[in-house]
Amino acid sequence: MKVVLLGGTKGMGRALGRLLVGKSHDLFLLGRDEADLARSARDFEVRGNRPAQTVKTAVCDLARPETFAPALEAADRALGAFDTVIVTAGLFAPQDELEADPAFVARMLHANFTGTVLLCEEARKRMLARGGGTLVVFSSVAGERGRKPVVLYGASKAGLSRYLEGLDHRYRNEGLVVVTVKPGFVKTGMTAGLPVPPFAGDAEGVAKVVLRGIERQRPVVYAPPIWALVMAVIRLLPRLLMRKIAF
Amino acid sequence: MLDCFLAVSLRAQWSILTGWGHVPVAHARELRSEDLPGLTAGMPLSRGLGRSYGDSSLPAPGDDVVAGSTLADRILSFDPDSGILRAEAGLSLRDMVWLFLPRGFFTPVSPGTQYVTLGGMVAADIHGKGHHRDGCFGQHVTSLRLRVADGRIVDCSPTKERDLFRATVGGMGLTGHILEVSVRLKRIPSPWIVYESVRVDDIDAYMAALKEAASTWPQTVGFIDCSKGGRHLGRGILIKGRWAEPKEAPPQPPQPKRTRAVPFNLPSGLINPLTTRIFNAFTYWKHWSRVRRGVIHPEAYFYPLDKLLHWNRAYGRRGFTQYQCLLPNAAGPDAPRRFLELLRAQRVASPVCVIKDHGPESIGLLSFPCPGVSIAVDFPVDDRTQGVVDALNDFVIKAGGRVYLAKDAFTREEHYRAMEPRRLPEWEAIRRRWDPEKKLRSRQSVRILGDRVEAVLGSPGAGAATGAALPGPTAAPGPSLASVPAVASAVSTAPAEAPLDAAAPPPPRSRTA
Repeated sequence: MKVVLLGGTKGMGRALGRLLVGKSHDLFLLGRDEADLARSARDFEVRGNRPAQTVKTAVCDLARPETFAPALEAADRALGAFDTVIVTAGLFAPQDELEADPAFVARMLHANFTGTVLLCEEARKRMLARGGGTLVVFSSVAGERGRKPVVLYGASKAGLSRYLEGLDHRYRNEGLVVVTVKPGFVKTGMTAGLPVPPFAGDAEGVAKVVLRGIERQRPVVYAPPIWALVMAVIRLLPRLLMRKIAF
Repeated sequence: MLDCFLAVSLRAQWSILTGWGHVPVAHARELRSEDLPGLTAGMPLSRGLGRSYGDSSLPAPGDDVVAGSTLADRILSFDPDSGILRAEAGLSLRDMVWLFLPRGFFTPVSPGTQYVTLGGMVAADIHGKGHHRDGCFGQHVTSLRLRVADGRIVDCSPTKERDLFRATVGGMGLTGHILEVSVRLKRIPSPWIVYESVRVDDIDAYMAALKEAASTWPQTVGFIDCSKGGRHLGRGILIKGRWAEPKEAPPQPPQPKRTRAVPFNLPSGLINPLTTRIFNAFTYWKHWSRVRRGVIHPEAYFYPLDKLLHWNRAYGRRGFTQYQCLLPNAAGPDAPRRFLELLRAQRVASPVCVIKDHGPESIGLLSFPCPGVSIAVDFPVDDRTQGVVDALNDFVIKAGGRVYLAKDAFTREEHYRAMEPRRLPEWEAIRRRWDPEKKLRSRQSVRILGDRVEAVLGSPGAGAATGAALPGPTAAPGPSLASVPAVASAVSTAPAEAPLDAAAPPPPRSRTA
C-alpha cells in the first residue's frame, strides 16, 4: 500500500505507522509540527523493513483546511499516487475541562468534525479520480451514545461516524472503501492520567486489529474488538438507565 | 453497575505506584506523554517500565506524580557502520532487541529482562552476564540529552560535561530527566547463543568454575540453591555462553517467544521455605547430567523469566525484595561462602540466587559493579525483612562491598554512606552543582541520601503540598515496613477521600491523538 498518514507522530497512529513500515508499505506522514514529523519519519525509516526506505512529510493541520490540498499533492508526488489515507489525528479533553474552556471546545469540534470531513473530501476526490482507494478514519466509541463523560467529544465523533458511514455507502461501488475505526479506551498519551476502565487496550494491539480490518475492507472496526460487544450492550440501554450510570 | 464504575474511576485517579517488588507502595500518578521534553518540565522524577525492585522509580513522600517515559520511544537515528543508535529514553529493550537482532546487532550489555527502557538502563547503569568482558551499559553510551533541574536541556557525554555524564550514568535519575540516549550497539555473528552449563556441588567449586570460565567465556552466570546448607552449601548450575558463529547457528532466525502471565496476585506466603526448597532442588536435579551443551534461543538465554509476565505477582500482595550486593575481590575468596552462611543463619528463603563475576568499575560514579562477585537473592517481604537487610548490609560494609540501588528498598542512609565513602561525596558535589535545591528526587533518595522533603515543597515541581499534610504513611520518610500494609489498606477501603482529590495536579490542557 501507499499510505498517507495523518496523526502518525503519536499514539495509535504511531503504532499503526510502525506496523505498516514493518510490513514494507510506503508511508507519507502528515502532521502539524514539522520538527516532530521529521523525528517520527526517522523512526519509521529505521524501523522499516527495507534498508533504503525514506519517509517524507508535509504539514497538514485539521484546523487549517487550506493545508489539505497542498499536503495531499505533496504526498501524491512523493509516493506516486497514494492508494490509502489514514487519519488518526483528533483533539480530546475530558468533559469537565471542556465545559470550562469554550475556546477549546470550538477547536475540538472543528478539528474532529469539520476539519476531518473536509480532509476526507479532498482525499476522496483524488482517490476516486484514479479508480478508488481506502480511506481509514479514527472515530470513537464515544460517538455511539450520548454519554456523561464524553458529551462534547462524543458529539464530534458521532457526526464523523455518520459522515463516514454515508461515504462508504455512496462510494464503495466506485472503489472507495471507507473504514471507520472505533477505538474504545486505549492507553495512549491522549488518555494519560485518566482512570483506566476495564477492557482498555494499547496502541500496538489496536494497530494490529486496524490493519486486519483494512486488509479485509471492513466498514467498521472496533478496537480492541471486545468494544464491539460492550457498545452493542450500551446501544441497547434505555435512556432512563443511561441517565443513571456514570459510564 | 453505578458503584462499580465509580469505584474504578476514583481508584484509578489515585493509582498505586510500586516498583517490581510491590514494596513500598506510593500514592501517585504516572503521567505519560510522547513529548518527553514537555512532560518532564517541573517534574520531580522520571520513571520507565518500573522494573527497579524497590523505590527508585517512586516519587518522594509529598510528591504525587512522576513522568512516565514509555510513550517517548522513537528511534532518532541508526548508523549501521558504527552501530550507534540514538533514541528517546522510553524505547524498550524488547523493541530494540527484536528490531536489531535480525540486522546483526544486539545491546552491548543486557540485563535479565527485556522490559526496561533505554533511560532506565542508563540510570541504573545496568550490567549483564558479560560484565567481566563488556562492563556496564554506561560504558557504551556515547551521549545523553538531559533535562536538568533548572529546566535547561543539556547534552553530555564522556567528553562534554563529563561530570554530569558520570553522575547520570548509574545516578538513578537524580541528576536530570534522561530524554535521549546514544549508544553503540554490538555487532553479533548470529542471533543464536552457544551455551555450556555445568552442575556444581558446592560454593567453592562454583566460585572456582566461575573464575575459570571468565577467561574463556564472554558470558557467565549461575544459579545457586541457597536452601541447602552443610556440604551442599552453594550447590548450583553455572551457565556459560557466547554468540554462535554462523556455521553453528540454525538457519532460521529466532522469533520472539510466546509469553504467559500470572493473571493476578497469588496468595502471600506461597513462596516460603518449603516451596523454595522443593523448587530449588527441582531446578538443581533437572540438570541431571553434569554438563550440557547446545545452541539456544537468545530470549531463553538472556531473559528466562520474561516468558512469565507479571511473575512478581507470585509473591502476593505483600511483595518481595531483591537484595543484590557486590563482594569485592579484596574481601577474600571465601566471602561468598560466608555470605551464604549468613543468609542461612538469617533463615532467608530465596527461590532465586544468582552469583555473577564482575570486572572493572564503570564510568558511572554510583555504578554498582567493581572487580569481585555479586550475589542476588529474592525473598518475600515480612516483618523481619528490615532486620535481615540490616544484617546483610553490616556484612557487606565489612567486606568493602555495596548494594545495587536498582534493587534496593530497605538500606538505611548510614549503611549506604558507609558503603560509598569515596564515590558518594563526589557524586553529591556534582548533584549540588546541577540541582542545589534537590528538585529531582525519589523515595529512594530520601531514604538513602536523606533528601529533605520539606525544603522543596512549594517548588513548581512539588504540586502536592496537601499530600505531605496528610497524616500517616504517605508523609512518613522511608519505606518503614509497618507503613506498607497501611498504605495498601488506606487505598482499598477509602478510595474517595477528598484530600487525595484536592492534591491532583491539573492534567495537560489539550490532548491530540
